[in-house]
Amino acid sequence: MTTVAADRPHTDNPYALSHLDTLESEAVHILREVAGEFERPVILFSGGKDSIVMLHLALKAFAPAPIPFSLLHVDTGHNFPEVLEYRDRTVAKYGLRLHVASVQEYIDAGKLRERPDGTRNPLQTVPLTEKIQAERFDAVFGGGRRDEEKARAKERVFSLRDEFSQWDPRRQRPELWNLYNGRHAPGEHVRVFPLSNWTELDVWQYIAREHIELPEIYFAHEREVFARDGMWLAAGDWGGPKDGETVETRLVRYRTVGDMSCTGAVDSGATTLDAVIAEIAASRLTERGATRADDRLSEAAMEDRKREGYF
Amino acid sequence: MTAIDTLRFATAGSVDDGKSTLVGRLLHDSKSVLADQLQAVERVSRSRGQEAPDLALLTDGLRAEREQGITIDVAYRYFATPRRRFILADTPGHVEYTRNMVTGASTADLAVVLVDARNGVVEQTRRHVAVAALLRVPHVVLAVNKMDLVAYEESVFAAIADEFGAYARELGVLEVTAIPVSALAGDNVVEPSRSMDWYGGPTVLEHLESVPVGHRPDEEPTRLPVQYVIRPQTAEYPDYRGYAGQVASGALCVGEPVTVLPSGRTSTVEAIDLLGRAVDCAWAPQSVTVRLRDGIDVSRGDLIVPTAVAPTLTRDVEATVCHLADRPLTAGRRVLLKHTTRTVKAIIEEIPSRLALDDLSQQPAPGELLANDIGRVRVRTAELLALDSYAQSRRTGSFLLIDPADGTTLAAGMADGVG
Repeated sequence: MTTVAADRPHTDNPYALSHLDTLESEAVHILREVAGEFERPVILFSGGKDSIVMLHLALKAFAPAPIPFSLLHVDTGHNFPEVLEYRDRTVAKYGLRLHVASVQEYIDAGKLRERPDGTRNPLQTVPLTEKIQAERFDAVFGGGRRDEEKARAKERVFSLRDEFSQWDPRRQRPELWNLYNGRHAPGEHVRVFPLSNWTELDVWQYIAREHIELPEIYFAHEREVFARDGMWLAAGDWGGPKDGETVETRLVRYRTVGDMSCTGAVDSGATTLDAVIAEIAASRLTERGATRADDRLSEAAMEDRKREGYF
Repeated sequence: MTAIDTLRFATAGSVDDGKSTLVGRLLHDSKSVLADQLQAVERVSRSRGQEAPDLALLTDGLRAEREQGITIDVAYRYFATPRRRFILADTPGHVEYTRNMVTGASTADLAVVLVDARNGVVEQTRRHVAVAALLRVPHVVLAVNKMDLVAYEESVFAAIADEFGAYARELGVLEVTAIPVSALAGDNVVEPSRSMDWYGGPTVLEHLESVPVGHRPDEEPTRLPVQYVIRPQTAEYPDYRGYAGQVASGALCVGEPVTVLPSGRTSTVEAIDLLGRAVDCAWAPQSVTVRLRDGIDVSRGDLIVPTAVAPTLTRDVEATVCHLADRPLTAGRRVLLKHTTRTVKAIIEEIPSRLALDDLSQQPAPGELLANDIGRVRVRTAELLALDSYAQSRRTGSFLLIDPADGTTLAAGMADGVG
């Protein structure tokens, strides 16, 4: 495969590592630091490509032993069925324990209210943070990457959250060398981002190199969609289309996996990993810019959500 | 995209030297900015009544930064050219400047220090180059910015480059590359300048693409800090006991006699697992799992080293520190010291001196170190540490001082080494 050839460093230094090997080694180091220093870590697992890569790295980091973490999924109630199927299959395959925090349960219980725009992404924060408190998780792995968004570019690898899970960008610990400081008081926890230094392209190249299976929605398929705010949203029970919006069947794929109400599909004929990688490398749009409605709400949408405890 | 390798670099500059604009220009002209990011910058610039897109908006990501037009905290950015991938630690110039630059420089192969051509070398510049020297950043670039405001005069550039070079040499910086630029106009950032025919050197990007990176593990002592002990205790692996860690420096091979520190017990490397693949040798910075021939006691915090090149053990650490926290660091204070995967109790015995950045003199007996101060400390630890000198290894010669009460990272330390 052409994409794998690019992974080999062209240098006469016999000790040089490819960039994917360097990123992999660093991520494994971070995963093992958490295993060594924390009591109750958990991996946020959405069934999206970043959390899938993170889980794959964790499996490698502790082999031949099982990974010493459980998984946590924040179920918005508007997830893609293919992704939920993938999630459950993966949990069973590796004998993992899955915790689920359900946005729908919070809405049904009257603890959260549906937004007028139908977007459930911002509603995830409360079920997530309450689950962290209830289970007393002290380290929560997220698949977030600094290349995703301006506010994420400021995030530490170890990001301390207070007892309300809040992030304060002005009061972050300096992070030097590879010496991560995970000390925290009871009630506080640390968000940990092993993929901080990865880009979208790195993730895809690594998936290709490691032959990692993904949910099918990442590859081109025919789907009923409708246009809203310049994006193709999946038609479904979650609440689309509305009046004036018309459904059509298009050949699309997803660059990110999230809540159906705010995750857009892109027109694509890419049915293989090679085709996806070629498409990403040539794209003139960022991952989130192309497919995430919630980041368009304001200039600082991600920062504001993160401050409240979003991952 | 067939980038060959990765360069980690950090930027530093004083307030209003145009650092955000330089970084924005670098990203923009190397075509690393995607259409939706540029549209967002154009939209905000227009709404503020600016005619041209303000490239600084590409990097100032936080609400407060955009409101105040300043950079608050270190941000990491990623871009690539066909020749190389780049990880940029974009460090702010003025708020809590030293600690932010120390953070960015700790992992950097190269530092870009920005100077305003109209002001020349100022105190902040000296501070930046001192930090780069202390952190042993291998390459330093002096970017003399705003050349358009001094009529692109060669003499202005030459005088600044000479003064900077002399100061850097005094600090022991091995290599300085000076480049005259105008970040605003785009001169010598990515494209060669048409206004400075007298300059024959590389543009900033050309230099970033061609500066040599990488190290030779065969020329360093081998150090493997143990992060985690892997014991499956399953039917399939009833007796497996693997020591997981990232090789901090050097190379380790099967069959090699090793010593485990601080206990001093010896054994032989029986097997090395490189994340699922058995290998004969592994080297920095690979994450591996090592098995030893004898069932000796090894746990997190231990250091596996070749028996032939073991570091000396000590409880007395002499080091240069950069103080990071707002509350002062004082003698007699009890702290935690984190070195590789080992965290031990320690006490600050003495603060012999503080570095004056203007003339590089050591001011004796300062009593305490304040935020952003660089000084010398003597620390006594409760347990033995296997420390190398920072000059020998950025990984096994560095440490953190942590407040045991609330976990605050107090100081970044660079050890002298012992023996």
